Parts: sequence; structure tokens; C-alpha cells
Amino acid sequence: MTEKKVEAYLDNGATTKVDPDALKEMKPYFTEKYGNSESLHKKGKEAKKAVEKSRRTIADTINADKKEIIFTSGGTESDNLALKGTAYKNKQKGKHIVTTKIEHDAVLQSAKWLEEQGFEVTYLSVDEEGFVDSEELKQAVNDRTILVSIIHGNNEIGTIQDLKTLAEITHDYSNNAYFHTDACQSYTKTELDVEKQNLDLVTINGHKIHGPKGTGALYIKENTEIDTWQHGGGHENGLRSGTLNVHGIVGFAEAAKKNHKNKQKNIQKMTQLRDKLIQGTLKKIDKTKLNGPEGEKRLPNNINICFNNIEGEALSGYLNRKNIYASTGSACSSLELEPSQVLKEIGLTDQEANSSLRMTLSKFTTQEEIEHTLKELPGVVNRLREMSPL
Amino acid sequence: MDEEYSEETIERFQDPEYTGEIKEADATGKAGNPSCGDVLQISLKIENGVIKKARFKTYGCMAAIASSDELCEMLEGKTIEEAEEITGEDISQELGELPPVKHHCSILGTEALQNALENYRKK
Repeated sequence: MTEKKVEAYLDNGATTKVDPDALKEMKPYFTEKYGNSESLHKKGKEAKKAVEKSRRTIADTINADKKEIIFTSGGTESDNLALKGTAYKNKQKGKHIVTTKIEHDAVLQSAKWLEEQGFEVTYLSVDEEGFVDSEELKQAVNDRTILVSIIHGNNEIGTIQDLKTLAEITHDYSNNAYFHTDACQSYTKTELDVEKQNLDLVTINGHKIHGPKGTGALYIKENTEIDTWQHGGGHENGLRSGTLNVHGIVGFAEAAKKNHKNKQKNIQKMTQLRDKLIQGTLKKIDKTKLNGPEGEKRLPNNINICFNNIEGEALSGYLNRKNIYASTGSACSSLELEPSQVLKEIGLTDQEANSSLRMTLSKFTTQEEIEHTLKELPGVVNRLREMSPL
Repeated sequence: MDEEYSEETIERFQDPEYTGEIKEADATGKAGNPSCGDVLQISLKIENGVIKKARFKTYGCMAAIASSDELCEMLEGKTIEEAEEITGEDISQELGELPPVKHHCSILGTEALQNALENYRKK
């Protein structure tokens, strides 16, 4: 009898398994209800109906109106549209944008590109847990500022920003600034309410929440001045041309609905497993340190630990052999051969950043996966430390 | 992460045979910098101008560990003169070609070796 192979998929920050219920909802839209949602015949109408129902579902999860949701191909596209679309539409009011040094590349690279186009960008720093300083934001924002973009839950270290306070400062200190947040990692994992938190633009996507890849949305508050970035047939109120990904949108909405409905239960479960893995690792292995905050201000599914004296890519390579799948912020794992900027921003040395491992859970993560990881991790770390000259 | 690496590289990385440090080594050399993500240390036992034993300790990625192990295997039995001729490209070839972005890992091995041999000559 062969032993059952235990796998621990701890890379849900990269992408997640599609919820079987979402897949089930999607299926008819491939081979039966395959119409173009813009077509006027019955096939088109049934697709349109599914898209509009999905739009309402997604809107409800963030307390928005359905006409404030536009569908995109994912987080990167939503971020690009939010930044470039508002920048170009509002440049007569000012050419100043504020963001942070710990954004996802979709925001960071869009901001850098806008700088090349003549916009001025202020990059806010963060404290050792990854939080933006509200005083620094107050100093950065003025009437020339047209957009503030701050990531909600950080993809590497799990820091959850106080959006309500940051959005209020933005609106108090500038008459012309919109507040955007990239909420891909936090969506359905912590509170996200556009009314309560006073948000103008919100990026969310499907594949981080057990929906299909290639799906996303941008919440755009009513009356927000924004230009399109993708020209064509004028879909999505002229803001995002291109035939709608009907089956994807249906799957995205079903995943969002289910996650939203079970939000508290899922948060509780992930938090328990997260803390078990964090505490277990720190206790079992010496010279380890948690990167980012503890407790409720950390995404319930995010773990990022520095294992001194071993390199992250080698560590994830050895874990891979034990069927444990995680990711690293080490220089060696990146195309640019630069260690994680986020880890450096919270004060880690290059060496510490190179020695860090990210493990991200989901609502499907099991006790067994966590136990398997806690069982294998000390041996793997010791082996690599024995090999290390440091 | 595996797709970019050859079978040989992955095997070497997973089961390196030349890890460790030789006590009373005739030559030791180090190269790299932890902030760049790679530090490689090599120690050699040399008799009558021939490398009898080579061992490494490496802080680094899969390619760095595999290159270190490959280099040690190549060194054993070679004369110092032969060892000096080994290039990063040779190591990479033995490993079934490292991905281009990882070529510096093999060069690091030869740097540690050069430092070890320099250290040997000064003795």
C-alpha cells in the first residue's frame, strides 16, 4: 500500500484553486449559453442577464451600486485603468499622484510610467510593520493631488492598511484627489465597504478568491472622472472595451458570493491555521522572525518568515521536494536579481530579505497541510543551515 | 521554479555530495556577498600539486548550490594548473546549462576557487 501523498499548497497569494461551486456555475456558459452579451438575440440576452446578475453580486459584496462595477481581465488591468485613467482625465486639475513604496507592481510600474509622462509621484514609506504613516500622507496631499493609491492588504507581508483614515485624509487635504486601493489580496478576507471606508476606486480580482484567472473588476464611484485605457466597441460604459468574459464573470461572482457569505467563518479558520503555522515555526526553529504585523491587522492567510542564514529560493526548492509549495522574496527568485522591495522597505537587510519565505493560506487549507509543513520545515531549514557558510 | 533548471541541476541541488568543510584544509577561498544572495566557500586538500578532496559550504539559490557541488566533483583529482582552467561556462555545461540569469552562480564558484588557490600559494 502506498502512503497517501500529502501536499501543502501554501501559495494562495499567487493564485487559488477554483471553488467547485464557481466552476459549476461557469460550465453552461461555455457550450450552451455562449452568446455575446452585446448581441440582441436570445443567446445574447441570456449572457447579458448573467453578466448583470454577476455585477450586482459583486457590487453587493463591497456595498456598491451595480453601475459602479466594471469588469476587467484582472487586478493588473484594473490598477492600470485606475491610475492612468484618472491621471489623464484629471491632469488639468493637477499632475500629482501619491502612492506607497510597497505597492504591487501593477500600481508601482503604472506610477513610474506616469512619471515618465510628466506626472509627479510621491512614494510614501512605511513603518517596520508595513503601515503608512497618516501624518506623512497629510503632508504629501494638496489640491494639486489628483489620485492617492494605497494597497489594502499587502501581498507579501499581509499588512492591512486603515483605508477609512487614509481615504478621509485624502479627501480632507485635497479637493481634487480620488482614493484608489488595490484590494486583490484582502477582498473577502477583511472588511471592504466602499461607503463606510469612503473609497472612490477599488481593484479586485477573481483568481485570488477561488474564481477563475483572467477576471477582475474595478469599482468606480459614481461621477468619478476617468478616461478609458482600452479603446474599442465601448463596452462597460465606454471604460473597458472588449467582449465580456461571460463565463469568467459568472465564476468570479459565484466565488465572491460564497466567500462573502462565509467571510467570518473563513477568516476565523484561516487565522487559526495561520497563527498555528507562525507560532509553530518560530518555536521549532531558532533564528526566525515574522515579517509584518501580528493579529487582526495582518491578512488572515498571510505568513512571511525570515529564516536567517539560508536563501529563500533554495528553501522553497527543498520544500517543493516535500510537496510544500511556497514563495520567496529572495533576489535569486526574481528576474531582476533584486531582493523584495517590500521587505527592504520595512527595514530588512538584503540578506534578511533573501532569506524570507512567504506562505499563504486559503479557506481550503487544512490542518493536515499545516501539520505536514510544521513537520518538514525544521529538517529542511537545518539541512540548508548546515550547508551555509554564514 | 524547476522548469528553468536541467535535471542535473535539480539532482545536484537536492542531493549534493560535497557539502562540508575540510578540517586542516590546505586551501580555503570564499566569494560572493549575502546581500546579493550568494556566498560560496570552498576548502581543498592538496597533495603534490593534486587536489585530493574538495568541499563546499554555500548560502545561495538552487543554481549556486548545484554549481558548488559540480565544481567540487570536477576538482577532485585535478592538478592545480588544470583546476585553474575551469570556467563558469564549464560548470554550467556539466550541469546541462544553467538558465542565463543564473550564470553568475557558476562564475562565483570559480572565483571562490581562484581565491583558494591564491591563498594556497601564499602559504
